[in-house]
Amino acid sequence: MIAFLRNTWRGLTSMRTALTLLFLLALAAMPGALLPQLSLNAQKVDEYVAQHGWWGQFLLKLGFFEVYATPWFAAIYLLLFTSLVGCLLPRTWEYFKQMRAKPVLTPRNLSRMPHHAQAVLDVTPEEAVGRAKRAMRGWRMDAGEDTVSAERGFLRETGNLVFHFALLGLLVSFALGKMYNYEGQVIVQANGGQFCNGGIFNYDQFRPGLRVDGTDLTPFCVEIGKFSAEYLENGQPVDYQADIRYQSGEDLTTNTWRPYTLQVNHPLRTSGDRLYLLGHGYTPTFTVTFPNGEKRTQGIQWLPSDQLTLASEGATKFDPPGVTDSEQRRKNQIAVTGLLAPTPLLHGSILNSKFPALNNPMVAVDVYRGDLGVDDGRGQSIFSIDMKMVEQGRLHKVARKNLALGEEIALDDGTKVRFDSVNDWVSLQVSHDPTQGYVLVFAILIILGLGVSLTVKRRRVWVRATPQDDGRTLVEVGGLARTDQAGYGEEFTRLARAVLNEEKS
Amino acid sequence: MPVNETLATYSDWLYRSALGVYLFAVLLYAVEQAFARAPRKAEALVGAGAPVPGLVEPQVRTELSKPERIGRMGAALTVLGALLHLGSLVMRGLSAGRAPWGNMYEYMSLLCLAAVVTWLVLMVKFPIRRLGAFVLTPILVLLFLGGTVLYAESAPVQPALRSYWLVIHVSVISISSGVLLIPGVTSILYLLKASRPDRFPKLPSADVLDRMSYRTTVLAFPLFTAGIICGAIWAEAAWGRFWGWDPKETVAFVSWVVYAAYLHARATAGWRGRGAAWINVVGFALNVFNLFFINLVTSGLHSYAGL
Repeated sequence: MIAFLRNTWRGLTSMRTALTLLFLLALAAMPGALLPQLSLNAQKVDEYVAQHGWWGQFLLKLGFFEVYATPWFAAIYLLLFTSLVGCLLPRTWEYFKQMRAKPVLTPRNLSRMPHHAQAVLDVTPEEAVGRAKRAMRGWRMDAGEDTVSAERGFLRETGNLVFHFALLGLLVSFALGKMYNYEGQVIVQANGGQFCNGGIFNYDQFRPGLRVDGTDLTPFCVEIGKFSAEYLENGQPVDYQADIRYQSGEDLTTNTWRPYTLQVNHPLRTSGDRLYLLGHGYTPTFTVTFPNGEKRTQGIQWLPSDQLTLASEGATKFDPPGVTDSEQRRKNQIAVTGLLAPTPLLHGSILNSKFPALNNPMVAVDVYRGDLGVDDGRGQSIFSIDMKMVEQGRLHKVARKNLALGEEIALDDGTKVRFDSVNDWVSLQVSHDPTQGYVLVFAILIILGLGVSLTVKRRRVWVRATPQDDGRTLVEVGGLARTDQAGYGEEFTRLARAVLNEEKS
Repeated sequence: MPVNETLATYSDWLYRSALGVYLFAVLLYAVEQAFARAPRKAEALVGAGAPVPGLVEPQVRTELSKPERIGRMGAALTVLGALLHLGSLVMRGLSAGRAPWGNMYEYMSLLCLAAVVTWLVLMVKFPIRRLGAFVLTPILVLLFLGGTVLYAESAPVQPALRSYWLVIHVSVISISSGVLLIPGVTSILYLLKASRPDRFPKLPSADVLDRMSYRTTVLAFPLFTAGIICGAIWAEAAWGRFWGWDPKETVAFVSWVVYAAYLHARATAGWRGRGAAWINVVGFALNVFNLFFINLVTSGLHSYAGL
C-alpha cells in the first residue's frame, strides 16, 4: 500500500509527468479560443449549438463552451500544480542543504572535464593555489593545500525556485479572486443620470464570484455629467470621456461629490472597486400625446447596431395614462421602435447613419399599438418588442415614418408621437477583485525569477597543482557548467588564463 | 491629430525597398548554400570546446571562395535591409504621431525586424551565415503579406489603444514573437539534420542548431512572459479585468505553456533533442496561428488588424 502511494507520488512528481500535464493543459485550453464561450458571448454559443445538432449538444454537455470552468480543465491544472509542489519541496530542501555545503571536491581526472587546460609553471604549488584563489575571488571556494574547488551561480536555482513558487502564488490568488470578485454592468443616462453600487438590482448584468451573494457591495455613487466623443472623418473614434461626480466612503455621509473624468484606459478607482467607461450610445426621447390630451415623455437607451456609425435600434414603450382596467390598458399600449441615425443619410425614404456624432439626428420609426406583453411576468428586452405578440395579432403596426427633431406622427385614433431630443448614454462596468494586487506581485516575481534563472549559469572550476620532478609545478584547471555548456567557454578561458598564464595575469 | 502624408509615403517606399533588399539577400544566401563546400570539422566545433590557453590558435586565413564572398554580400545586404526596415517603422511612427505598432501591418513589420536583428546577432556568434535563406524566406513571406493583404493606411488608433501600454505591451510581444521565429526555423533545420545527417551535409551540426534554438528561446521566453503580463496590466485598465480568456489571451497562454514545455523537455531524458525541437516548432506554429487566425477569423477584443 505504502509502496503504491510512494510510486504514485514519484510518478506524479516526475519531470515526464509534468511535461505530459503541460501538454494536456495547452491542449485543453485551446477549445476556449476556437469555440464560442459562455462567459464571453452566450448568444454565439446558442447559435453554435443550434447550428451543429447533436455535435453541439455533445460539446455543450462536456462543457466545451465554458472550458475554464469545467472539472476536466480544473483536474489538469490541479494535477500539474500538485506535481509542481511535489517537485519543489525536495528541491527547496536540497537548495538549503547546498547553500551550506562546501563546493564539491576536486575530481581525480580534470582532463575529463568539458573544459580543461593545463601548463607546467615555475611556481610552487602554494603559489599556484594562491593565484587560483585570487582569480576566483567572489566564487564559493574550498581550498586545500594543492587544490581549489570553486562554484558559482547559485542564483540560478534561487531564480528557478522563486519563479515556480510565484507561479503557485499566482494561481492561488487568482483562484481566491474568482471566489470574492464581482463584476456588474449598467447603462446610465448622461447629463444627470445616477448609479449607486447598493445592490445587484441596480445593475443590468451582474456576475458574482462563488462566495459573493450581492449583499455586501462596496457602497459608492456616481452621477454622469457631460459625455463627449471625438471622431476621425471616417467615423473611427479617437477619444471619448465622461465627466462624472462620485462619492464613496466618508463622502457618502457628508454628501460630498468629487469630480472625475472617466475615460477609456482611465478607470475610476475608489474604495477597492473600479469603475470603467465601456461604451456609449444614444437615447431618443419621445412624447406621446394620447387622445385624451394627456402627455407622456420617455427616453430609454437604444442599442447601437452599427458600431462605426452608431445607427441604433430600440423600442420605447408607453402605457396609456389613467387607464385602470388592465384589459383596456393592454389594448392601448404603444411602442415606438425603429432606427436612430445620429447623422442621417437618406436613400429615398430609407434612413441610415453615416457618422457617429449627432448632426440633426433622425429616426425611422414603426409605431405599434396593442398588448406589449409586458404584464405576463416574463422579462423582455428593453431594446425590442416581443414579436410573438405581433404574430398573435395582439400588437399591430399602426404607423411608419421618418422623423427629424421636433417632428411628429399622428396615429389613426388621434394619438401623436413626437421625436423630442437625443441624449447620450454611457455603459459602465464596476469591477471588484480583492486579490488582483497579489496577482500582480506574483507576476512580477515570475518575471524576475525567470530572468535570473535563465541568464545565470551554475558552473564549477577546479584547480590542482602537482609538483614535478624538476621543481616546477603542473597546474591543471577543469571546468563544468551544470546546466548548459553554452557561453561558459569564454569565462573559463579567461579564468584559466589568469591561473596559468603568467604573462597575462 | 493629422497624419503627415509625406512621411507616410516615405515609410511605404522604405518598406518596399527593404523587402527588395531582403529578397536579393536571400538569393545570395541561396547561392552560397548551394555552391559552398560543406563546413569543415573545425567550423562545426566552434563554441563547443575551449581553446587551450597559452597556445596560439591556428588562424585559418585562407582565401575566401567565391560562394563565401557572395554569402558575405548577402549578409551586408541584410544589414542594409534592416536599416531601411527600421527607417520605414520610424517614418510610420512620425507620420501618425504614435508608436508604429497600432495595426497588424505595423505589428508584423516590427516582428520581422526583430527576427532579422536576432538573426544578424546570431550570425556573429555562430558560423551559420549560409542558412540565411531559410530564415529570411519566412520573414519575406510575412513582410509581403503585411505589405499587401494586411496593409493599412497610417492613421491614429482607437481610444482603447491610446495608452502608453501600447508602446510597452505590443512592442514587447511583437519583438519576442519575432525572436521566437528564429528558433522555430532552426528547430526545423535541426529535425532535418538530426534525422538524416548524411543527406544534409551542408547544414551545421545538430548540436549547433540545438544550441542556437535554445539560446534564442531562453532570451525570448522571459520577454514573452513580460509581454503577456504587461498585456494583463493594460487589460485591467482598459477592459475591466486582467485576464478574461479572450481568444488572443488564450492562444498566448497556450504558446507560453508550450515554450515552458520546451524548456523542461530540454532537461528531461528522452525528450532532449528531437522531442524538444518538435515542441519548439509547435510553439512557433501557435504564434503564427495566433497572429493570423485569431486576428482575422475569430472575433475578440484584440481585433485591431485595421482591416
